Amino acid sequence: MKALDRKMLRDLRRIWAQALAIALVLACGVMVLTGAQGTQATLLQTQSAYYERHRFADVFAGATRAPADVVQAASLIPGVAQVEGRISFQAVLDIDGMTEPATGRILSLPAAGPGLNLPLVRLGRLPDPSRADEVALAEPFAKIHDLTPGSRFRGVLNGQLRELTVTGWVLSPEFIYTMAPGAMMPDDRRYGLIWMNEEAAAAAMDMGGAVNEIALRLTRDSDERAVIAALDRLLDPFGGTGAHGRDRQASHAFLDGELTQLGAMAAFMPPIFLIVAAFLVNMVLGRLIAMERAQIGLLKALGYGRREIASHYLKLAVLIGVIGVLTGWIFGWWIADAMIGLYGDFFRFPFIIRDWGTQALVISAVLGMLTAVLGGLRAVWSSLKLPAAEAMQPPAPPSFARGVADRVLSRLRFRQTTMMIFRSILRWPGRAAITLFGVSTSVGVLVMSYFMFDAVERLSDSVFQQANRQQVTLVLARGQTDRAVQDALALPGVLAAEGAYAMPVRAVHGHRNRLTALHGHFPGAQLARLVDDAGHVLVPPAEGVILPEMLARALQIEAGQVLRLEMLAAPRTTLDLPVVGIIAQGMGQEAHVSATALFTAMDSVAQVNMIHLAVQSDRMDDLNVAIKKTPGIAGLMDWAEVRRQFDATLSENLLTMVGIYTMIGVLIAIGVVYNAARIQLSERSYELASLRVLGFSRVEVGYVLVGEIMLLTLVAIPVGWGFGYFLAVGLVEAMSTDMFQIPFHITRRTFALAALAVFLAALGSVLMVRRRLDRVDLATALKARD
Amino acid sequence: MLRDGCTLPVFRAEGVTRVYRTGKVDVWALRGVDLSLAEGEMVVLLGASGSGKSTLVNILGGLDLPSGGRVFFRDQELSRASDRQLTAFRRDHVGFVFQFYNLVPSLTARENVALVTEIALDPMTPQEALDRVGLGHRMDHFPAELSGGEQQRVAIARAIAKRPDVLLCDEPTGALDSKTGVQVLEALHEVNRDLGTATVLITHNASIQRIAHRVLVLADGQIIRDELNAEPVPPREVSW
Repeated sequence: MKALDRKMLRDLRRIWAQALAIALVLACGVMVLTGAQGTQATLLQTQSAYYERHRFADVFAGATRAPADVVQAASLIPGVAQVEGRISFQAVLDIDGMTEPATGRILSLPAAGPGLNLPLVRLGRLPDPSRADEVALAEPFAKIHDLTPGSRFRGVLNGQLRELTVTGWVLSPEFIYTMAPGAMMPDDRRYGLIWMNEEAAAAAMDMGGAVNEIALRLTRDSDERAVIAALDRLLDPFGGTGAHGRDRQASHAFLDGELTQLGAMAAFMPPIFLIVAAFLVNMVLGRLIAMERAQIGLLKALGYGRREIASHYLKLAVLIGVIGVLTGWIFGWWIADAMIGLYGDFFRFPFIIRDWGTQALVISAVLGMLTAVLGGLRAVWSSLKLPAAEAMQPPAPPSFARGVADRVLSRLRFRQTTMMIFRSILRWPGRAAITLFGVSTSVGVLVMSYFMFDAVERLSDSVFQQANRQQVTLVLARGQTDRAVQDALALPGVLAAEGAYAMPVRAVHGHRNRLTALHGHFPGAQLARLVDDAGHVLVPPAEGVILPEMLARALQIEAGQVLRLEMLAAPRTTLDLPVVGIIAQGMGQEAHVSATALFTAMDSVAQVNMIHLAVQSDRMDDLNVAIKKTPGIAGLMDWAEVRRQFDATLSENLLTMVGIYTMIGVLIAIGVVYNAARIQLSERSYELASLRVLGFSRVEVGYVLVGEIMLLTLVAIPVGWGFGYFLAVGLVEAMSTDMFQIPFHITRRTFALAALAVFLAALGSVLMVRRRLDRVDLATALKARD
Repeated sequence: MLRDGCTLPVFRAEGVTRVYRTGKVDVWALRGVDLSLAEGEMVVLLGASGSGKSTLVNILGGLDLPSGGRVFFRDQELSRASDRQLTAFRRDHVGFVFQFYNLVPSLTARENVALVTEIALDPMTPQEALDRVGLGHRMDHFPAELSGGEQQRVAIARAIAKRPDVLLCDEPTGALDSKTGVQVLEALHEVNRDLGTATVLITHNASIQRIAHRVLVLADGQIIRDELNAEPVPPREVSW
């Protein structure tokens, strides 16, 4: 090994703590990039392999009741490769060990065996076509209830109680992510998928020779929009509820949204860390080079050229870069594993194809090395400009000039040690700015991460406290008159009952359209209300529709413009209504109108297909028992349970995320402050030792060092708050999907916590450096002026 | 003026000036120096602090450029050389020894010498160079583990390892006691005698002039005396 390289390695050993601090900041950027992209690539690979192997359909459509020969007709649409029809309906289930009823979605299996959305049998077998009572269950649901093959449970199918036998456990590409209609979170305990023989399903639902769902696969070069339009025309006479591509298929859309968020995270976060790391490399290398100016002069005297000297120091930067990138890769891999594990709780894949995210590895390596080299370049360049003879002389004492700021400071009559702090900041404003920038970045990152708690709290408050104050929502199998509400009042424990009505619609504006639900709001509703993110209760007027922001954005419609709503259920009329309000709404993307206006347009008496109930909390069990026996109820939602699920899931995920970001934020603070303090110490050891010689105590001398850094930290905190605010805005933009919008709301607690965490991290780091001050040998420090 | 038997000048300086500008004040370090140094010559440069000795040596060694006048190394004009040419000049022809040794603290004695041998055209081995200064047995010590005299001898070993044409020594004994200083001078003397390396030795210690072939005295940026020493004595006979 060359002598210069040996010197470089020994230099690195000498400054290992500082180098490590930089490498860790760099590693954070690399980690987020490779972690998020590795997760994204893995999910994408797995998703596409699963779709391919199990023939996930491209287009989906529903109808009230279509004759089975529409399947044949659909296959004749140009661009269609394969079609399958089935019967699908909701049922209330009675599972042993559960007082409350579960809800199931029954899906028929074609007699000839499925050709699309192939279920993957995980245990046991699919139902025997000759056995009407046999069903296969979705694995997660069956697992929770320990419904192994041979187990039996009861279901209310079309008002009739039936005993069903489990034959096997199944996963399906159609239900990677499963949510009950109207639910907010997957709930494998209360919602399950049930595969049943076609004949048995048809008999149970009185759907002989008919289907109500169609799935199809397209040929390679087909036009999806044309196929969807043709399918809509085909199903229209049979109560078609609107055909759609994978983009509106619940499981696919949710997974897609998650992948988009991962991509956003990979693009959004790493640049921040890389910039901070570049500044740190610059700061540390700059100082190292300043301390080595005599050696640089010597190397020049010995005949080393600029390029050799530059490459000597750049190698150090590169080495720090390599350490950072490798550490980032390792942690990125680990984080991807952890995230894939977390996703495994929601996304039911039968297998995982782990993708290294090669592209992310390469990009992160290039960016990481560039960061280190660019950070080092300026420092190295400044060293090379110095002529050799001058470099070997000790640098001239820094010139302190009396500027305006200085005159102001003198007037304030600070102690001399305080003046030293201020003068040092004024003398090296660039360095103070780097410290300020680094510390404010870490405050910003923490504000952004704690903001997620605020957002979720706000969302939870808005959804569970303001909007949905009912304990239970009953979903009726079909629309009924107001009498159903009176009947519901008679159920045990019910204190109040309130009807609601929702129907599938296609919202059309210009050439844009979206499939969504239209909610009719009855006047005076108290249990389920329409509440925007700011907590305002809204009542849709007699003439007009209120839209959530994301839907309005997708349709590119503004308040005052007219929206066309095509009903996809009887009476299948069309409403043209002005948009009277666009609201920020975290969850749920339905359009809202007044029930009166809706039924007038439908030319129908008022109906309900959902009933919200306020229930005495100690009588929930009685109510559950009664509901299981009540025909006409297709499903129910227990809001307390929904909230519990929501809180549990989000808090687990959030805690993980926030834990990671806190670690990252604190690491930046430590990296910046520790380096700044070490540099201070090495530059001013002469000065500080002189103070000790003059009789200042350790505490007084330490004050000069700690005071400057902490002063900068205090200034950096409000700057970081502002930075965090903008990061949070960016995060909301980047993370919001069609299904889910993060409300923007930052509490004082978040600002305070971020400030406190960074303040403590900075104080800890600077005190660590201060301890070195005790070890400085006064005689040596005074002799050696570098 | 050249010593008897020395024909070719290694260095030639004509009217060399060097002005440093500090703030609004111009400081004249050299005010027109004319000089010619021969191959194999051992020259002692005497003068008080601030007389311009180091500036002159820095310019001769290609560490600095004159503000005016011309400087030649053999037939190469240093005063007009580019940074790249000066680097090559130092690398191939000059050995430096400094008052404060200027060793790289993170490298051992051997590695400090290797710093030079790795980039020189026809170097000795670090072992050979260190043997020459009597430090072959302390090769693997770091500078902090060596005495001042030993450190200076490592610096000399480093300077001679490339078999330089000229050896420029700026107060090489300045930080040393008399006994150690003599050891260092012995080392320099032997190199000059055995390898025929032209040597310029800056000192403000007048006793040292007795070992030189020639003595130049600088004052106020000018050469005020240029004397040949007919009977140079070996360093061991010198003390201060």
